[in-house]
Amino acid sequence: MLTTGFIVLSGGLLDPNPGLIFWTTVTFLIVLFILKKFTWGPMLSALEEREKSIQASIDRAQTAKEEAEEVLKKNRDLLAKADAEAEKIVREGKEYGDKLRADITEKAQTEASRMIATAKEEIEQEKRRALTELRTEVADLAVKGAEKIIMANLDAAKQKNIIDSMIKDLSENRN
Amino acid sequence: MKRFSALRAGDFTRIAILIIPLLFGFGTFANAASDAGHGEAAAHGEDGGHGGHGEESAGDVIMHHILDSNKMEFDPFGSFALPKLVIGGFDLSITKHVVFMWLAAIILLAVFLYVGNYYKRIGSRKAPGGVANVMEAIVQFIRLDVAKSNIGEGYERHMPYLLTVFVFILVLNLLGLIPYGASATGNINVTLTLSVFTFFITQVAAVKAHGIKGYLAHLTAGTHPALWIIMIPIEFIGLFTKPIALTIRLFANMTAGHIVILSLIFISFILKSFIVAVFVSVPFSVIIYLLEIFIAFLQAFIFTMLSALFIGLASSHDESHEPEAAH
Repeated sequence: MLTTGFIVLSGGLLDPNPGLIFWTTVTFLIVLFILKKFTWGPMLSALEEREKSIQASIDRAQTAKEEAEEVLKKNRDLLAKADAEAEKIVREGKEYGDKLRADITEKAQTEASRMIATAKEEIEQEKRRALTELRTEVADLAVKGAEKIIMANLDAAKQKNIIDSMIKDLSENRN
Repeated sequence: MKRFSALRAGDFTRIAILIIPLLFGFGTFANAASDAGHGEAAAHGEDGGHGGHGEESAGDVIMHHILDSNKMEFDPFGSFALPKLVIGGFDLSITKHVVFMWLAAIILLAVFLYVGNYYKRIGSRKAPGGVANVMEAIVQFIRLDVAKSNIGEGYERHMPYLLTVFVFILVLNLLGLIPYGASATGNINVTLTLSVFTFFITQVAAVKAHGIKGYLAHLTAGTHPALWIIMIPIEFIGLFTKPIALTIRLFANMTAGHIVILSLIFISFILKSFIVAVFVSVPFSVIIYLLEIFIAFLQAFIFTMLSALFIGLASSHDESHEPEAAH
């Protein structure tokens, strides 16, 4: 053990060795340059490129996602708008239909009442006309009767006969 | 094959008769074994160049395993010497640690050139699989959690260095954990070189971020000119403490782990007891070994992390002063 310490101190381990330094430098530099040219270059550029392409892919995916979200939102908006539109159309149609029905009903009612009124008026007129006619006829008949009575009054029997025959006539005429 | 048939032939009583004395540390075989251990230790000691005195201690053997050498050893099968190379008075020999550094470089190039081709083939639109996927996890970790969070803007420029230093240290650390392996990161020269790279990159980043004038002004720490005579040396020393801390941290961690494992193994040789071997050395060194695997990753991460942190501190634009350096 003491010898070990002695050797370390005497410089076995720390001996300078220019040959080894020289060969280390040469070996290391050769390895460095060959690897730099043939390995680290392609490897690092491949890594960098891959990193970039991954980043680009992520970016693209992000953009695509945003776009898709936008499209979805637009679609949703459109759908909502279309829904509203459809509802509006249906509502308007219903309103229009209601109105139309009401109009038609009203018109029909007005028409009907007008027709009823006209018919009533016609009937009234007809009735009035018939009554007037009847009145005239009755008056005429009364005048004719009176005439006949006056004529037959000249003879009682005759009168009676006349009246009888007149009534008979009348009833015959009626049937 | 031979061993298998011997096992099959041998009956339990004979094994028990052999094993019981061994376990209690007496009997001829136990002595022979410890003698063999000593012999080996002596041989190691001579190889290590510390064989000045006759009997070698366990410490020498441990040091021999940790220190660099000019030999590749595959113990029971022998060893071979590595070429010596001296150019212009400098000893540029290929040592054990250089060999392991090259081995690490070969592993790294094999794995990562495959991964690089894979990425070129599949492009960026496809998910990677297999080895490429594992490496991508490491790269992403360094990129996001180390570089981006510590350096911030302009971290891409430092990515190749940070990634390379991470995988390089990691493989060197792990190579020390395989049989016959040695970790070059357990050698202070290697860690020093790596942290000098970090130092230079840090200084260049600082000059780039603040300009020469801002860089020099930073050395005064914004104090009154009367204090400059104190502040400039302090800040100047501060520049160098960071790489030195990096150097020592990695080197000491890797060395310490190996020393602990080897010491635990050598306890049984020193005490010449199989009980100690079975109940102390083996289980504890397995635990430390598992810890070492974790530390191999951890130290590679810490070195990279601190490099990134220093670069980030040097190039940050806000003048709020340096936060506490992590340890």
